[in-house]
Amino acid sequence: MHQVAAPARPRRNTELLLLLLGLGIGVGANLLGAIGMDREITTEYWVQGAVLAIMALLFHLVLRLKARYADPYILPIVVTLNGLGIAMIHRIDVAEGDSAASRQLVWTVVAMGSAIVLLWLLKDHRILRRWPYLFLAISGLLLLLPLVPGLGMEINGARIWINLGVGSFQPGEVAKVTLAIFFAGYLSANRDLILLAGKRLGPITFPRFRDMGPLVVAWLISMGVLVFQRDLGSAILFFGLFMAMIYLATSRTSWILLGLGMVAVGGVIAVNTISHVGLRVDAWLNAFDPDVYNRAAGSYQIVQGLFGLASGGLLGTGLGGGRPDIVAYANSDMIIASFGEELGFIGLAAIIMLFVLLVTRMMRAALGTRDTFGKLLAAGLAFTMALQCFVVIGGVTMVIPLTGLTTPFMAAGGSSLLANWLVVALVLMVSQSARRPVAVGPMVNASGAGSGHQDPATGPGIPGTGTPGTGTPVITAPGGRTA
Amino acid sequence: MSELAVAALRLGLLLVMWILIISIVSSQGRDLMVGARNKVRARSGTGTPVAAGAVGAAAVAQNGSSEAPPVSGGQSASPPARPLATQLVVTEGPLKNTVVQLNGTPLLLGRAEDADLVLEDDYVSGRHARLFPQGSRWFLEDLGSTNGTFVSGNPLSRTVAVEPGTPIRIGKTVLELRS
Repeated sequence: MHQVAAPARPRRNTELLLLLLGLGIGVGANLLGAIGMDREITTEYWVQGAVLAIMALLFHLVLRLKARYADPYILPIVVTLNGLGIAMIHRIDVAEGDSAASRQLVWTVVAMGSAIVLLWLLKDHRILRRWPYLFLAISGLLLLLPLVPGLGMEINGARIWINLGVGSFQPGEVAKVTLAIFFAGYLSANRDLILLAGKRLGPITFPRFRDMGPLVVAWLISMGVLVFQRDLGSAILFFGLFMAMIYLATSRTSWILLGLGMVAVGGVIAVNTISHVGLRVDAWLNAFDPDVYNRAAGSYQIVQGLFGLASGGLLGTGLGGGRPDIVAYANSDMIIASFGEELGFIGLAAIIMLFVLLVTRMMRAALGTRDTFGKLLAAGLAFTMALQCFVVIGGVTMVIPLTGLTTPFMAAGGSSLLANWLVVALVLMVSQSARRPVAVGPMVNASGAGSGHQDPATGPGIPGTGTPGTGTPVITAPGGRTA
Repeated sequence: MSELAVAALRLGLLLVMWILIISIVSSQGRDLMVGARNKVRARSGTGTPVAAGAVGAAAVAQNGSSEAPPVSGGQSASPPARPLATQLVVTEGPLKNTVVQLNGTPLLLGRAEDADLVLEDDYVSGRHARLFPQGSRWFLEDLGSTNGTFVSGNPLSRTVAVEPGTPIRIGKTVLELRS
């Protein structure tokens, strides 16, 4: 893990300019939806635009005050995606007579507010490293919540929602973030042990079970819960997060081979034993077969999405000009097809490009930061974001079987929005520590891992952060104490 | 609103989306370049203040003019390429004259049974130190041992590169690399 120098410039003004451009796109798209459908521009449109702008500018202001050196591109990209999402949801609302856009707006305020609070209170992401097992417990709790009778809700065969009274919530989305924090914390503390201790068989070193134990348990818990809840998309996401973080921590290619092997075996077993996974694969392979198309859980949705993408063509029908509402879940699972229809290939390519830029910025934060925990956290979250985009967009465009994952920041759904904004806050914190000028002083660790900053997680009396061996200080006198 | 105006606005939206993307890409400039020009490695040869200075120098070079290629101190400090040392020889201690053949994989030194070089010595910790290759050099890292690891008589406080012939002392054992 080498380090990459970054210019120590705050660049908050660049962020403000790009943010205004992004807000212009979001609000403009919303208004264009009304114009395209020959509707009067009601106060609702202006309220949505104003609320989004106020929250975005508030976020920008908090960054100016609390994280001056944070990455200047992440916020504009995310606000643009969020604004485009609200515009498309609102436009589909008009066609379907729904009010999902107002709910999405409320969730946007909640999500951005939570991200701001997290940024304001936490200040430094390394504090999270102190309690990896707390985050493991939280993840387990969140994943188990939907199975609690009376609280959990089952929609379309997947039991992943809980009833909050005012609406439903998908705790698994937030578990994704807490699990990433656990993996980053655990692996950054035990990296050396996993790398070094173990049995060597040929070219591959197998780690000892007691070093890997907590990780395997965490993985089994999440997989088991996902099998019981029958949520294929999240299972792929958790597994991908797990493999990516182990590979990042150990840089051993054998992990990737092992992971791909497990995916292949698990995939074959799932297709042949779990009926609903088998149907999904069948709907993917034989999508245009009339039997499959007309079946209850068939390929109607995905084929309609493809028809929508086709009718969009290069430039799209324009917002309000197409019929994205024909597709089931046009504003959540299939929102990418809706965008493809109304903004065309050029617009959809721009959206994918924005996701690519977002992921590269998150990876850049990981490369630039000096602490292992921050590196693992930001890179793991970036990989998860990329994998989620691939699974969703690949599913809609029939590259892989369709699974029920949400498009980050765009799809209607509060839990996904909340989780992804929390990811943004965490990555901004990591990028702040990556980009700020290096501090030099008598109390600062000036060399080795985590140099340049006073590390809040290595204060007195915090176990589990050091390297293996003994925790006693180094005695340099000759004939020192017995080890 | 006329058809033409609506069509123009729709095209305008696509255009602004790509303007945003192009402005982000052009404004990040060299920032994403993780190649030689933007790399400052924590090499052992450069002392702490020098390393910090190299980071600063790279930052200044980037801040200054975008045309001039930034000249950072990190890269110029790297030694000329030469083959990786292939032997680890025990020169003092109970295992004197033991030769360990190195095949380019990391090596664990300590009292633990699963260490690559087991040092039976009460002054050695279970997992005492780690020797790992990077580029054309071997690096030594102390794994939080009780009594420390010494290179040329100096206790290790961070990972350092070890040249062939430099004595490494762990407890009663002294080792050195041979190429």
